[in-house]
Amino acid sequence: MKLKWTYLAFLAGIASLLAGCEPLLVLNPKGPQAETTANVIWISIITMSVIVIVVLVMLTVILLKYRASKQDPDYEPPHIEGNKYLEGIIVGIPIIIVAFLSVVSATSTHQVENPPEGYDADEPLVIYASSSNWKWHFSYPEQDIETVNYVFIPTNQNVEFRLYSHGTISSFWVPQLAGQKYAMADMTNYLNVVAEEPGEYVGRNSNFNGEGFAENDFTVTAMAPSEFDSWVEDIHNTAEPLTEEKFEELLEPGHLGRMTFTGTHQDFKPAPEGENSPHHHGSSDSEDDGEHHHH
Amino acid sequence: MDFFDRFSIPPHDDPMLYASIVAIAIVSIAIVVGLTYFKKWGYLWNEWLTTVDHKRIGIMYIISALLMLFRGGADAVMMRLQTAVPDNTFLDAQHYNEVFTTHGVVMIIFMAMAFIIGMMNFVVPLQIGARDVAFPRLNALSFWLYFAGAMLFNLSFVVGGSPDAGWTNYYPLAGTDFSEHVGVNYYNWALQISGIGTLMTGINFIATIMKMRAPGMKLMKMPMFTWSALITNLIIVFAFPVLTIALLMGTFDRQFFTNFFTTSDGGMDMMWANLFWIWGHPEVYILILPAFGIYSQIISTFSQRNLYGYKSMVASMVVISLLSFLVWVHHFFTMGQGAVANSIFSITTMAIAVPTGIKIFNWLLTMWKGKIRFTTPMMYSVAFIPLFTIGGVTGVMLAMASADYQYHNTMFLVAHFHNVIIPGVVFAMIAGLIYYWPKMFGFMLNERIGKWAFWNIVIGFCLAFFPMYITGLNGQARRMYTYSESTGFGPLSMVSFIGALLLAVGFVLIVYNVYYSFRHAPRNVGDDPWNARSLEWATHNPVPEYNFAITPNVNSEEAFWDYKKNGHDLFKGKIEDIHMPNNSGWSIIFAGIFFVFGFCFVFHVWAGVIIAFLGIIGCMIYRSFEKDDGHHIHKEEIEETEKKFGGAK
Repeated sequence: MKLKWTYLAFLAGIASLLAGCEPLLVLNPKGPQAETTANVIWISIITMSVIVIVVLVMLTVILLKYRASKQDPDYEPPHIEGNKYLEGIIVGIPIIIVAFLSVVSATSTHQVENPPEGYDADEPLVIYASSSNWKWHFSYPEQDIETVNYVFIPTNQNVEFRLYSHGTISSFWVPQLAGQKYAMADMTNYLNVVAEEPGEYVGRNSNFNGEGFAENDFTVTAMAPSEFDSWVEDIHNTAEPLTEEKFEELLEPGHLGRMTFTGTHQDFKPAPEGENSPHHHGSSDSEDDGEHHHH
Repeated sequence: MDFFDRFSIPPHDDPMLYASIVAIAIVSIAIVVGLTYFKKWGYLWNEWLTTVDHKRIGIMYIISALLMLFRGGADAVMMRLQTAVPDNTFLDAQHYNEVFTTHGVVMIIFMAMAFIIGMMNFVVPLQIGARDVAFPRLNALSFWLYFAGAMLFNLSFVVGGSPDAGWTNYYPLAGTDFSEHVGVNYYNWALQISGIGTLMTGINFIATIMKMRAPGMKLMKMPMFTWSALITNLIIVFAFPVLTIALLMGTFDRQFFTNFFTTSDGGMDMMWANLFWIWGHPEVYILILPAFGIYSQIISTFSQRNLYGYKSMVASMVVISLLSFLVWVHHFFTMGQGAVANSIFSITTMAIAVPTGIKIFNWLLTMWKGKIRFTTPMMYSVAFIPLFTIGGVTGVMLAMASADYQYHNTMFLVAHFHNVIIPGVVFAMIAGLIYYWPKMFGFMLNERIGKWAFWNIVIGFCLAFFPMYITGLNGQARRMYTYSESTGFGPLSMVSFIGALLLAVGFVLIVYNVYYSFRHAPRNVGDDPWNARSLEWATHNPVPEYNFAITPNVNSEEAFWDYKKNGHDLFKGKIEDIHMPNNSGWSIIFAGIFFVFGFCFVFHVWAGVIIAFLGIIGCMIYRSFEKDDGHHIHKEEIEETEKKFGGAK
């Protein structure tokens, strides 16, 4: 019995902690993708709480009612094999719950894998985000600029991050904007992100990749499109061009602060997509590569 | 001297490491001196190291598992200490990476696996009324191969350096490009050698359970733990070969310059992740099903009722075993398979909740109308139900692919799998150990100390792991050796550390309980101290070498209960000579040579590899031509033993 109370007190403690603190990053979305995942998380928390509460109540009642100390010493518990209807219920209800959550899971996964609704009509802003130990390189092919460890994006526009790695598997994650996706050396992944509120968001590699992993983070700054354009212009006026030698230097294992260049490394070291994919076997199966794109 | 350079540990300016090396050396010397002083070498060799008795092998597995629990537990406390406050410098990044890697490997492969296999070894032959397993010598070899693997893995700490690529050992991080030193070679060979032992166990127990059950024990009359063991071993036989091959491919990549998992020349790093989890997910059920079996025995015993829904219990385990092979992709929803593949694996994963739910409700219904006694084993089982339910429902949350994009690689995931493994597997093994302790050693563990340990462990568990759900949702990635204060992870991480300390106190109390009870517990506990129900309780405590003087005659899954309460005639025949297998030093020598083979392979000492390989082949040839017909225990001897226990049944 003590267990139950410790338990409930603990849950209550957690709840009050939750209420007292700032909203948790994942549950404080600033764009439609993260909002979808946050909603899914809330739906599942509520559904699952019902199950936990049912089990807790049943357990508590049974333990209180059928403990030996409360019973006649001569009481002999009956032999019960099972009951078709009762067992039907304990199979049936979980199946209904799982079916419901399956629908939620499939539809929401489809949503977050595609450009969010309302932002899918326009061409996305393409940014290549590639990782090296222990940095993030952001190439803007259209703007012809490249940054290290920070990325600026315009608000209310779909940004298509194309993710890959110069070595270890890493995972590109900006909790308040969208769920994460792996960046790997031999294929390019696509992540659609929209920020609906201007601000600075933490992003990091969440997949362990060696000694410098803990500091393998970056920031995403969302700003009005006009500000974004003038930022790009500024870079073209002030930054040095990115040379191949310079880029090779950047790839050396270690940490770098924020850096800014004109030009991108895509010109001399393109991403593993299309004909540059290491698993690309001639043009005949180019549809194969097209498949990696969103549908 | 160049030759010897390879054995040195990669540079650490960490005095703690050297302190632990000294401690290990001192303990080893103390053991050798102690054995010599008390003249126990002969006893150790004759009674334990060469034994083929399933009970002793089981106990050796469990002792090894407990040792590994303390090794892995020390790693855990170090991790929680390092992350208890922001920007801590107790461990550096490299050391932290090694610590969480070894923590994972030791706890899963060398602690949990050994514990469940030890428990199966001790209990299954007794539960089915057999004299031993089908292949006793092979069984000893399984144990010694496991032990060789465990020792090889632990050696990495002092010779050459520990693996540091996580227990999941993802390539290319685990490849030579990013992990140059021998740590991952150790990982490959330690898991390979003990994995071969596990595969043999799988075959051995399937044969044992299929062929050696007592007369009358049809499959649907087997006690639930035996059912769980049968299904577990079937999963082992299907899953472990995948690990064997994946490890070999990794070994070839690292040591012979192939490109299976590299990022160049057509290699595919994602293939390792796939192969690892095709083994790894069934592995999760290899661990949890025997735990379910133990809980079924304990809950039924202490509710004084038969297990509710026996058939649906069996059916749900069969369904779980099939589904366990169809869900591996959920370990990397974020790899970019696209929405369709992720949705399919999301649904198969959630489907497992259905058979698992059946089991939870069946346990509840077993207690319903029962007469519940709160013994220590029962308290662990009662705590298991709600805690495992929370672990299970967070598993369903993780199974929702879109949401997993936010949980993946975070402390939320860490909280989830500890939430199923600790209340699931660890509680079950402790409960099972306490429950079967009188069967193993003929005395009971102290209940009062046991309950103190229980409360420390349960409260410690909640404090250690529940905060991680929250920090995970707040964006804390797993495996970070430190974090800044601005993240806000500090206070909850401190709570976690306090929980880890309570857990440690709980485990120390369990060890103290063993010492205390060994010294003070009464030795006349009788054959049925728990008022139990299944067949293993129909023989004496501690169990004599031959298990049952007369092979029992079984009518139901609760043969012993029927014998006690319903007048079932359990022992029909009369005492006869019993044929038993002989002890043999072959297994330990074989495994010893395998250890040398693995060690030399780790360090590319090819001469040693070749010599050890010839030794391995030689051992197999020797065994093929060896003639050993075992021995008989004579009737008079058995009658004598039975009389000592208070008369034959």
